[in-house]
Amino acid sequence: MKKITQLMLITMLLVIAIGCEKLVPGAPEPGDTIAEPTEGLTPSQLAQFVQGDELFAKVFTPAEGLGPIFIQSSCEGCHVGDGKGHPFNTETRFGKLDSNGFDFMLDKGGPQLQFRSLQNYIAEVLPPGYTHTSNRIAPIVIGMGHLAAVSDADILALADPNDLNADGISGRINYVVPKSYFIPQPFHIPNNGMYIGRFGKKAKEITLLDQIVFALKQDMGLTSDFDTEDLYNYQVGIGATDNVPDPEVSSDVVNKLLFYMRTLKTPTRRNENDPDVLAGEQIFDQIGCVKCHISTMTTGSSEIEALSYKVFHPYTDLLLHDMGSALDDGVPEGSATGSEWRTPPLWGLGLAEDSQGGTGYYLHDGRATSLEQAIGFHSTGEASNIANNYYSLSQTEKDQLIKFLKSL
Amino acid sequence: MIKLIKYLLLLSLFIVTSLVAQNDSTKTKFLNRINKDSIQITNQDQIYNRPFIGIGKSKTAVGGYLEGNTNYFAEDGVTEGYSMELRRFNIFLYSAISKRVKFLAELEFEHGTEEIELEMAQMDFEFNPALNFRAGILLPQIGLFNSNHDSPQWEIIERPLSSTQIIPSTLSEVGFGFFGKFYPGGSIITYNIYIVNGLQQNIIVNEEGKTFIPAGKDEEMFGEDNNGTPMYNGRLAFNNRKLGELGVSYYGGVYNSYRLEGEEVDDKRNLQIIAVDFTTKIYKATIQGEFVTASIDVPSDLEEVYGNQQMGYFAEIIYPIVKRKILGYKDAVINTTLRYEFVDYNIGTFASTGENIGDHIKGITVGLGFRPTAGTIIRFNYRYHRITDILGNPPAQLGGFQFGFATYF
Repeated sequence: MKKITQLMLITMLLVIAIGCEKLVPGAPEPGDTIAEPTEGLTPSQLAQFVQGDELFAKVFTPAEGLGPIFIQSSCEGCHVGDGKGHPFNTETRFGKLDSNGFDFMLDKGGPQLQFRSLQNYIAEVLPPGYTHTSNRIAPIVIGMGHLAAVSDADILALADPNDLNADGISGRINYVVPKSYFIPQPFHIPNNGMYIGRFGKKAKEITLLDQIVFALKQDMGLTSDFDTEDLYNYQVGIGATDNVPDPEVSSDVVNKLLFYMRTLKTPTRRNENDPDVLAGEQIFDQIGCVKCHISTMTTGSSEIEALSYKVFHPYTDLLLHDMGSALDDGVPEGSATGSEWRTPPLWGLGLAEDSQGGTGYYLHDGRATSLEQAIGFHSTGEASNIANNYYSLSQTEKDQLIKFLKSL
Repeated sequence: MIKLIKYLLLLSLFIVTSLVAQNDSTKTKFLNRINKDSIQITNQDQIYNRPFIGIGKSKTAVGGYLEGNTNYFAEDGVTEGYSMELRRFNIFLYSAISKRVKFLAELEFEHGTEEIELEMAQMDFEFNPALNFRAGILLPQIGLFNSNHDSPQWEIIERPLSSTQIIPSTLSEVGFGFFGKFYPGGSIITYNIYIVNGLQQNIIVNEEGKTFIPAGKDEEMFGEDNNGTPMYNGRLAFNNRKLGELGVSYYGGVYNSYRLEGEEVDDKRNLQIIAVDFTTKIYKATIQGEFVTASIDVPSDLEEVYGNQQMGYFAEIIYPIVKRKILGYKDAVINTTLRYEFVDYNIGTFASTGENIGDHIKGITVGLGFRPTAGTIIRFNYRYHRITDILGNPPAQLGGFQFGFATYF
């Protein structure tokens, strides 16, 4: 018995001694993670990144201004692991189309439905009279800083609103009236007081700051220095807001979040040298996907050296395209019509399943649960010829294309 | 089910009080006292099973415990490095006011003076071993751990997940109630039944972003109830020297502030926690654990994010591998411990997709503990957790080492 005891003790100590390194979980493979900083940040920039990361994960409480109506209590609640959102957090935009045009029903809680509420309060329901809804799931948030640093001139160069090159694709710019706090950068090009929108499903936001301010308020019910008017449910009463003085988060919080979003890395590809992936990449080009999902862009000058003049591969042109009846939600945003959507970046597509609970939910509202289905929804509108090209591929070629998409 | 438990608890109390009323406790076999030395300590006894009580001849005794440890953990390769913490410095104050009136208090300092809390300040009045009255700041008897949480008692540094994430240990409450024990056939049956202010409404919509029962603790609980509706707690346990102890406990009531300034501003929403715990000894090994399930009324618009069902369990086996004189310490013991645990914060499926909601943690801990004396432990633990997010994505992996000590004084 004594020997057994001693043996157990020695074995345990040996396991501990040998296993110390191996028993501490290591980092996943570089391509399997997304919530990491862009390479080349300085130590002080990394410190800012970490603070922004903490705020991105921070759960806001009622005492900190959450609500009174909201969709989630943290950024990470919708963008789990910084990845694509899940249908259980689907955002709904709504409004009323009448002879005067589209009304976002701001006096009835528009443009977005906050379907959760604090205790002792009630969540919003769609108001009487609405005619259209548009569901959206949260996008992956990585690489946003790179997209933000692309010059307007580069985006303009990709636009072809009248399809002058007769390729059937007519990328259009959504010009947007800037918010009061907008400070143009040298690369911004105004057009009658408006600027190029590049963020959001229909490119209605000019800057990442716009996107963050909108999400803080419309998704979490948090007012900030940039938008001080709190949400309330009109069914409770006008001005029936929470008990926290506005603004509920300071500009410091917003700026830290902005820095974090700007400096999140672009995704690392996986299996990019696999022969099937390489073949799939060629098919992607041949059948014309690349006409909208532009593979390569370059950032302009940035005060953050790590973002300056960087070549990257988002697979988007940041332009609006008419996707036809299959994806027409009837809800306009800026000059974007119901059927027009901004080309979503395809990067990170292969990581979607691992951030959406095992099933990929694709397109703006997650209606497609496979990439094949998502391609199928391109069958109306500008991309119909390209979708048809996909259907004419052999099964092997289709598989190679999908493999390529999952390598992004 | 919950009502049934409440009725059973009240019924047991009624039976006990009736027996006490009808019989002199020393004449009934059912209520006979058993020589303390001949039985094992019940979970109910643990608060008085502390070494400082009984030392010396003074009616008042001061004691406590100290606990500290090192940490080195990494989650998916990200580590904060090595750090040390002095978790707790707790001071006990005990006074035998008379032969059958006792006072016991516990003042806790966590992480130095970061958190100071009066964890316990209770008076016990014994009418009979089968019927005692307790009032003050007390520890509800829920699960295995809450009223037996002193660090030197445990081989593993971290408290069990089910005891801290579902049962909000250490939970102390203002309240009063009855407890006692009786002795059928050489075994012991213990009961506790308390009425307390109860946990408050931060159980949901809190800084955890999920249903988190410990977030219902609030300093105001010690001053007033948030809704004027008390919560109830009870535990019934069977203890046998050969078999060990098996306990069933309940804690619940209305948790939300449905009433403000006399106006009803919301529906009443209930919290119900039911736990089963056990401790037994097989050969030299001590095996113990608990299973707990919680049901929480959540407003319909908050469901899915805030789970309305939770469960958790842990089981651990403690095996002494050396028991002899070591380094001059007579009766020193070296124990090995293995704990497996699981906690699910959100049981259910997403209405939109039909998929299971994740939000759970599986954990395993191995420990090696050196006890130079019974009330002191030096321990080394390795802990590994697989943490699955609400969507059920591939789990994050947390693992690391802890080295620590805990001692009564």
